[in-house]
Amino acid sequence: MLLSQLIYYERSLDTPWIPPLEPPAYPNGCQVTPRMTLSDRLHQKISGAFYQHGLLCTSYPVPIIFFTAVCILACCYPLLKLPLPGTVPEEYTTAVRDYSPPPSDPQAPQRDPSDRPDWYVGPPVAYIQQVLVKAVVSPWDQSLIPVDIFRSPLAQVFQLVEEIRNHVHRDSTGSHSLEELCLQVTDLLSGLKKMQSQLPEHGCLLVSPGNFWQNERERFDSDADIIRTVHQHESKGLHTSATVKDLLFGVPGKYSGLSLYNRKRVVSYTITIALQSYHARFLSSLHSRLKQLHPSVNCSLRRDQMVHVHFKEEIGIAELIPLVTTYIILFAYIYFSTRKIDMVKSKWGLALAAVVTVLSSLLMSVGLCTLFGLTPTLNGGEIFPYLVVVIGLENVLVLTKSVVSTPVDLEVKLRIAQGLSNESWSIMKNMATELCIVLIGYFTLVPAIQEFCLFAVVGLVSDFFLQMLFFTTVLSIDIRRMELTDLNRCFPAEACLAPPKPSPLRPREAHQQQYKRLRPVTPYTITLQPSSFRNLTLPKRLRVIYFLARTRLAQRIIMAGTVIWIGILVYTDPAGLRTYLSAQVSEQSPLGKSGGLPPLSVFPVGDPESTLTVLPHPEPTPLLENQSQDQQRPPWASQRDQPPGPDNTPEISWIPPDEETWRRLSFRHWPSLFSYYNITLAKRYISILPVIPVSFYLSAQDAVEARHPQDTQRFHSHFPAFDMQAEQAPEPPGKTLSQPDFTLYKAAALGLVAGVILVLLLFCLYRVLCPRNYGQNGVSHGRRRGRGELPCDDYGYSPPISEISPLLLSGHHMDIECLAGDGMLLVSCCLARQIRVWDTQTGDCLTVIPDPGLRQSSSGVWERQERWEPEPEEEGLEAGVGGYPLRRRLLPSRPALFGDQPDLTPLIDTNFSEQPTCLGHANEGARGGFHFRGLLERAYEEHGATAPNIQGYSPSPAPCSPCRRHSQGDEPLCGPNPRPASCLPAVPGDWDSSVWALELQGSLIAAGRSSGKLELWDALEGCLHCSNEEGKSGITALVFLNNRIVAARLSGSLDFFTVDINKPMNLLQYQGTPNRGSMPPSPCYSSDDVICCQLTHSVQCAHQKPITVLRAAAGRVVTGSQDHTVRVYRLEDSCCLFTLQGHSGGITAVYIDQTMVLASGGQDGVICLWDALTGSRVSHMYGHQGDVTSLICTTSCVISSGLDDLICVLDRSTGIKLYSIQQEVGCGASLGVISESILVTGGQGCVSFWDLSYGDLLQTVYLGKSNEGQGVRQLRVLDNAAIVCDFGSELSLVYVPSVLEKLD
Amino acid sequence: MVEDSKLKSLSRMPKTRGPYISVITNHKINLTIRGVVLFSIGVFLALVLNLLQVQRNVTLFPPDVIASIFSSAWWVPPCIGTASAVIGLMYPCIDRHLGEPHKFKREWSSVMRCVAVFVGINHASAKVDFANNMQLSLTLAALSIGLWWTFDRSRSGFGLGLFIAFFATLVTQLLVYKGVFQYTSPDFLYVRSWLPCIFFAGGITMGNIGRQLAMYECKVVQEKAHQD
Repeated sequence: MLLSQLIYYERSLDTPWIPPLEPPAYPNGCQVTPRMTLSDRLHQKISGAFYQHGLLCTSYPVPIIFFTAVCILACCYPLLKLPLPGTVPEEYTTAVRDYSPPPSDPQAPQRDPSDRPDWYVGPPVAYIQQVLVKAVVSPWDQSLIPVDIFRSPLAQVFQLVEEIRNHVHRDSTGSHSLEELCLQVTDLLSGLKKMQSQLPEHGCLLVSPGNFWQNERERFDSDADIIRTVHQHESKGLHTSATVKDLLFGVPGKYSGLSLYNRKRVVSYTITIALQSYHARFLSSLHSRLKQLHPSVNCSLRRDQMVHVHFKEEIGIAELIPLVTTYIILFAYIYFSTRKIDMVKSKWGLALAAVVTVLSSLLMSVGLCTLFGLTPTLNGGEIFPYLVVVIGLENVLVLTKSVVSTPVDLEVKLRIAQGLSNESWSIMKNMATELCIVLIGYFTLVPAIQEFCLFAVVGLVSDFFLQMLFFTTVLSIDIRRMELTDLNRCFPAEACLAPPKPSPLRPREAHQQQYKRLRPVTPYTITLQPSSFRNLTLPKRLRVIYFLARTRLAQRIIMAGTVIWIGILVYTDPAGLRTYLSAQVSEQSPLGKSGGLPPLSVFPVGDPESTLTVLPHPEPTPLLENQSQDQQRPPWASQRDQPPGPDNTPEISWIPPDEETWRRLSFRHWPSLFSYYNITLAKRYISILPVIPVSFYLSAQDAVEARHPQDTQRFHSHFPAFDMQAEQAPEPPGKTLSQPDFTLYKAAALGLVAGVILVLLLFCLYRVLCPRNYGQNGVSHGRRRGRGELPCDDYGYSPPISEISPLLLSGHHMDIECLAGDGMLLVSCCLARQIRVWDTQTGDCLTVIPDPGLRQSSSGVWERQERWEPEPEEEGLEAGVGGYPLRRRLLPSRPALFGDQPDLTPLIDTNFSEQPTCLGHANEGARGGFHFRGLLERAYEEHGATAPNIQGYSPSPAPCSPCRRHSQGDEPLCGPNPRPASCLPAVPGDWDSSVWALELQGSLIAAGRSSGKLELWDALEGCLHCSNEEGKSGITALVFLNNRIVAARLSGSLDFFTVDINKPMNLLQYQGTPNRGSMPPSPCYSSDDVICCQLTHSVQCAHQKPITVLRAAAGRVVTGSQDHTVRVYRLEDSCCLFTLQGHSGGITAVYIDQTMVLASGGQDGVICLWDALTGSRVSHMYGHQGDVTSLICTTSCVISSGLDDLICVLDRSTGIKLYSIQQEVGCGASLGVISESILVTGGQGCVSFWDLSYGDLLQTVYLGKSNEGQGVRQLRVLDNAAIVCDFGSELSLVYVPSVLEKLD
Repeated sequence: MVEDSKLKSLSRMPKTRGPYISVITNHKINLTIRGVVLFSIGVFLALVLNLLQVQRNVTLFPPDVIASIFSSAWWVPPCIGTASAVIGLMYPCIDRHLGEPHKFKREWSSVMRCVAVFVGINHASAKVDFANNMQLSLTLAALSIGLWWTFDRSRSGFGLGLFIAFFATLVTQLLVYKGVFQYTSPDFLYVRSWLPCIFFAGGITMGNIGRQLAMYECKVVQEKAHQD
């Protein structure tokens, strides 16, 4: 709770005080209406419309953004129909039965249009017929060498090719040979001379492994090293496009089995025939012929599906370079554009919003065009940069600039609206021009340009739409955010100040215990470190983080990584990623694995009916040892490897993936094959016919016969240890079979390890970035946190060096309301209307003013008891005995009483003091009360244990008026003095009004009461010098400067009094106070001077509304009022110099000092700096979200506190907020500055010291232990650099030794 | 890229005071730096745009892709680079002599936009299928004048652009007559009629870049004068 509110509330009890009801007026409202030339009505209208639109956008940001998002999504919906960009071929499967090539006319009626892709029109480039050959030497003989695995199987290809070439189908329509049907190719491309020997020219496009040897068996037989021949054209490095080996073999290299280490001993390859036209009967006859010749018994491959593969246009490197260049230019454009965004909260956010605006407008444009039937024919990637450049980011930037350059003091709404309307004309003009240019382009009648222009027009319009709705709203949100944090310059210290107190989360007891344990002897932890250590004691980890953040290391690494990645992509080829990924996936997927290991082909399939006409197939020989091994395999091997197989018998050697072996090939296989003959497949398709399976079973004898003489020789030189291997040969199959499991385990283990490492890494990162241990009471942190739960500093600073010990001044029974003091004396007034005067050096209570009779009589006891000097040893003793950190020094019997129930006294007090009936009760005589009290006092001393309740009761009548009335006249007023009272007695009824303002000068106390009475008391003797009752309205504020007193009243009037100090015998002066007439003035002998107070001038209507603040310095009196104005008066002649207007709320805080610096803060959270000499406004800053509750200026900064419990430190010259300190609730207003460098703030039961220049927490001083919940609401810095703050019903006096030294 | 890093270092110079200041305020060195930057930009653009003009090959992966970048004569890019350096230096020079400094849209973003539009014009001339050459020429002429109007709008710029277009066309024409190289299909008086338009747009673009580069010198000199 705020003090001012408290006071208002309090006052409302006495006088009805009506808060201002009228809505706040905007002083700058005149700027709201944009000024335009009247001649241009259109201009004006546009501006007006934009202004209204800006208001709309700022008023409903969330609905508008939502609406825009819905619009964008709705417009982009048609894009779903468009094919995704990418070069991966598309597939379309039809049944082989009843196949006929699709008509080339796309308009022809289609049976199933939804199913059929657009490209499926016209005949394909070619029909691909593959004959998949699997050959195995079986049974395997121990005498065979590895070359035998593939030599004789490969030798079969020549015969098979011959067979296919010579196949002729005869039927009623005549005879058809392959030559008629196949795709005739001409020359190879000129650049491919070296492949001339491998690829067919001038004839059928029929490729097989036999092409390596020009389809001549003799060459093959004489070839000593088959593998080298096959691999001679392999290129090195990263290469995903098809190699010659892949092209000729028709199966990926790893599946061909062409290796010396082929454990499965199956060789597979294809003979690929490209057919020009589809002839179903020819193909079926070929199939049946081959099946007849080389039956694959257990083959159940399906033959009913025909796959059409459509290839997209691919971008070559030659086209890629200009494309990349345009994109680089585009990014440079975006970079240079968004770099201009300035003076906003989040540059990145706005830049992103700008880019999003442009991109989504493009998407909307394409979507809308598609919706209305235009199918884009242009290459999206190519025209995209130009579209972006044409649409441009200019409008967005112009908007931002315009909004940002509007006056900062305006409301966000008005700023946006004004910014929009300022630029409305140029935006409209630009857009009209661009539309004109684009429309001109539309009339070039070139289809491509027309399409581009159409996109651009729609894009421009939708971009305008998005700018107006989306970007403006985002901008308004951003500006609003900026207003909230107000150009927050992040000081490192603020990072740790920002988090609010986590106090409710923690049990207080734990802290207290810890606190005790840590500091058993000295209860007040004071740690004021030398400032040299403080400034740059960042922990190393934070320094590392800051370093990383400063150099943007991570960003650069990511950028470098991206560049490298892009480089690799470009190197491999334009669509490299997809290929690579698909290759990876197919390699790693279990299906691919199982396809790679046709497990049972080694198993000698007993096919007695295999009628090999070409080669005599040997009888199945008796089982060899590896066969017996194999026989153990099938039950589980087949289960693993062929779960999806339709016929799951262990004898199957043809597995479903074999149906489409071409899928395992690179998808660039066919385009590259055709491109060798200068046939492009881009935007065309080929039809892949079902594969024809062919199996060869060769005997060991065949294999031996097919050997080349050098084979054996080379084998023995290379594999001298083969015999040993052969013995172990049976084992590997099992090993290879369980390999997938191992890889699975490996992957799982790797994943687990990676996960653990990731978790550890994140944990470390968390520890580094977030050093606080939230969950536990760390010793090091617990100490620093203490009980106050202050926003702590996380710097590991050195242990305390000096200690600051607060003095507790107790005596008031209720909460302290007013506080005034100078270097020597301190005056306080509590809610019980008791005024006490304290010595700031010793902490003694010198005088108690309000209750003269009682005080005086009891003073013999009380005064003595309350006087004490702080002695260190006693303090230590107390703390040691009770473990109780209160420093109140009491009689030995009393601590227990007070300690047990410390709260009772004020409680009961409250009840009594508020009761008006107190008057009647006291009528019987204060003397009785006094005796009663005296008795009690005695009893209290004797029976300490039972006394507290009564003791709590006994002083309760003290503040009541009758006691005082009794004391009038015959009793001396001044407490400690035994001599008769010489001061003016208190006026009856005077004590009914509470003290609202207190001022102290020298030994004179000026007290302003709610009844409008101004009283002057002697501070040392406690007697009333004079009082003035001319004003009836309550005095809300007082200023006592030199010999003048200025009183501000609730009615808004301002009274100037002059205090005259005369010689004692001059009684005439006393007559001057007219209201005193009823009471015979008695001369005051106690002081040398007779003091009187004269109203010299009264400004009746200083303000329209109650004056809330009054300050005076340098001969000026400054008043702030609820009527939004600040007035400056001259103290000498009470002449109003200036009326300062600029706030849009009531003034709540004013500061003026000797250098004529005038600052004012209002309910609107605005802080204004004025020049008190000229009355001009120097600067204007937004500090708080609520009222500004107090203000202090130093030479360099302005410190303000607000209702939002935030203390803002602003730079005085620039108005930029340096940092802010989060205060505890209700303690926001208490702040002070010691010697321009240390900021003192109050907290919950503690006072904190901050380094003003860095915002570091220097130290926290805890005032007491028992009153934990008590917040420090008022805080004064006295002239001797002591700090006085209220602490519930007590006052606390804190000395800062180091500061004292500084002052000296 | 080389140009980018140079531009960056150039833009950083005014901020980081020190030896750079003396370098950049030295008129000759500054001129040289600008010339080098403009030359490299010109060479780069020439290579890229030449690549753009190379008609798409039917084969997807011709074995000599990289070679096609340098398919034209080797001296063409350096010539264009030199020309662009001259143009880029000439524009601010003429501005200074005429006493009307160019103030319209003096920002890097605008320059980038200009370059992008220029590349776009080239792209359009290379890729878009026009019905006839007259249409192509007219479109390109309109686009070029649109470019001037959008990014330049100064009379001196227009005049210089026209002069460059005329002069460059004349030079190419002479070269063609000499038989140094020849067009695939001359359409109007042995000249590809779109050539002047491209030259005009290129002149405007390079002038734009040159003016922007010259801004730095002006700024630094002004600042220096201010400091003195």
